[in-house]
Amino acid sequence: MEFCGSHTAAILKYGIRQLLPAGVEMLSGPGCPVCVTDQADIDRAIALAKVPGVILCTFGDMLKVPGTYSSLQQARAEGCDVCMVYSTLDALDIARANPDKPVVFLGVGFETTAPTIAASIAQAKQQQIKNYSVFSLAKLCPPVMKALLDGGEIKIDGIICPGHVSTIIGSKPYEFIPREYGVACVVAGFEPVDILMAVDQLLVQLGNGRPRVEIAYGRTVSPEGNVRAQELLAEVFEPQTARWRGVGEVGGSGYRIRDRYKEFDTERLFDIKTGPAKEPAGCRCGDVLRGVIRPTACPLFGHACTPERPVGPCMVSGEGACASYYLFGESDGR
Amino acid sequence: MEDRVLMAHGSGGKLSHELVNRCFVGKLRNEWLARLDDSAVLECQGRLAFTTDSYVVTPIFFPGGDIGRLAVCGTVNDLSMSGAVPLYLSLAFIIEEGSDISDLEHVVDSIQRTAQEASVCIVTGDTKVVQRGKADKLFVNTAGIGRIPQGVNVSGSNVRPGDAVILSGTVGDHGMTIMAQREGLRFSGDLVSDCAPLNGLVAEMLQVCPDIHGMRDPTRGGVATTLNEIASQSRVGIIVNDVAVPVRPPVSAMCELLGLDPLYIANEGKLLAFVPTDRADVLLEVMRRHKYGKDAAIIGQVTSEHAGRVTLRTMLGTSRILAMLSGDILPRIC
Repeated sequence: MEFCGSHTAAILKYGIRQLLPAGVEMLSGPGCPVCVTDQADIDRAIALAKVPGVILCTFGDMLKVPGTYSSLQQARAEGCDVCMVYSTLDALDIARANPDKPVVFLGVGFETTAPTIAASIAQAKQQQIKNYSVFSLAKLCPPVMKALLDGGEIKIDGIICPGHVSTIIGSKPYEFIPREYGVACVVAGFEPVDILMAVDQLLVQLGNGRPRVEIAYGRTVSPEGNVRAQELLAEVFEPQTARWRGVGEVGGSGYRIRDRYKEFDTERLFDIKTGPAKEPAGCRCGDVLRGVIRPTACPLFGHACTPERPVGPCMVSGEGACASYYLFGESDGR
Repeated sequence: MEDRVLMAHGSGGKLSHELVNRCFVGKLRNEWLARLDDSAVLECQGRLAFTTDSYVVTPIFFPGGDIGRLAVCGTVNDLSMSGAVPLYLSLAFIIEEGSDISDLEHVVDSIQRTAQEASVCIVTGDTKVVQRGKADKLFVNTAGIGRIPQGVNVSGSNVRPGDAVILSGTVGDHGMTIMAQREGLRFSGDLVSDCAPLNGLVAEMLQVCPDIHGMRDPTRGGVATTLNEIASQSRVGIIVNDVAVPVRPPVSAMCELLGLDPLYIANEGKLLAFVPTDRADVLLEVMRRHKYGKDAAIIGQVTSEHAGRVTLRTMLGTSRILAMLSGDILPRIC
């Protein structure tokens, strides 16, 4: 299984499956932050955008994700102030420029993005930017990997571990996987050669029957990771239970803003009320995210659900498995 | 005279006349405009090509061009892609109240320079002023008329199996320049729009190869989308060799960072030509001698198989579908 959506995209973009020996099958994992954001959280983000005066800042991908009744893109079209930003620091600039308006950053991402979110909170505190807050939906990868393996729904022999995430957390957090589950692990980069090298290393591990954690992305990943970023994460966040689309609640898999930064925690500043969240009928994003089915096995794929009119989030994001399968032509009969 | 555009400048009264004389008739000087009649009366013979386009780019000035140069090039290029020799353009402005008159003057100066470069005359025009907030500074529309030389029959429907696909230069320069400016990205470095009139290049191409089957400028949606349009219009398959597509390093670096594919990014000074294979090398040589074709390359070929489909051959020798652009281009999260 390639955990990362960016790996799925690269595998399909470069046609890597055509090069793999018979018997090697690649499964997409849940590594797309947009895709795993729970439906109820999307609804809450949209509700936040609708609070009068609020400027909601978000990364581009989140705009199009359909919630139960609407999307951020639709909310923007209806007049809500939804800003697409490229960096958390852009959101801070917006807060500085609009001191009389609450500016909320929609903190979606994994360990890769979380340090930049933490940095914005630390900077806001230091510079006393009082109208900035973060709606933290940031998540940790290793706990959900454990949840998938515990679920036992999928039989996988090896995992291509996330590249950018591992730049921050290092490769050590994956060591329980070979130890407790006997599953081989290789951290890979995103160039086609990186991925081929990772597959090769996984096959060698399986061949000699000694699964372990290896790094095939040594130019940026070390076993320890980026210690400074980890310190910043620990300073601002603490782990909490988080809900993942398709997987459900996973203990210790979410980043909650610590009490000492509570004035920057959107959830403690706003009472966000939404109706019951409902995932779209027929959408099988959850099964795709757990690796239970391929995107092409979803009955909506390519007909009712396309990148122009996505039903589920996996068809929205460039890192979503469904979008990759659709765009790069890995569909049956296309 | 005022330094900002007032509603009265669009009223048809004295201020309107002052503006027209100062900004348009004075600068764009030619026999048709000088008459100030309700319409320009033109002598034309033979088959004519006629096209129109509106320009709403933000910001109106950007590295490598401005909305004026774009408005001339866009229409000149659309005419050229039909094999026509562009002759006359109309020019209409919708100006937001309060815009700087000096900005308007700079735009018109640029229009004049570009029209001169492309050997076309602006023979008729119009100006409207709308209230502040009802337009974004300046909208421009141009329409153009060109004459198609005898024996030339270029159309997106005429492309045939066996044709070579020639691209006139690097891709993605315009789109990434605008994106960097618009979003205030701080790493925009050496990005420059490729905005240029292509009629000179096309004239030289038609001189050595009058039987070019098809031409199109890959503007919005980029090369990938244009190739898909041609494949379905001419009911042919197209195979593109990924490594043959020229991309400038700053463009590929920024695309990489934002998770975008240069093949989907807009160009404003490039063309795709579909030509008989035995003429491709001669044509390429002629194109490379022209300043707007110096990076020209053969990027693929037309086939009878898989009609309507564009296939990309990757650097690994694998292949996949190159789909049409879906939805908006949004940068990814991580």
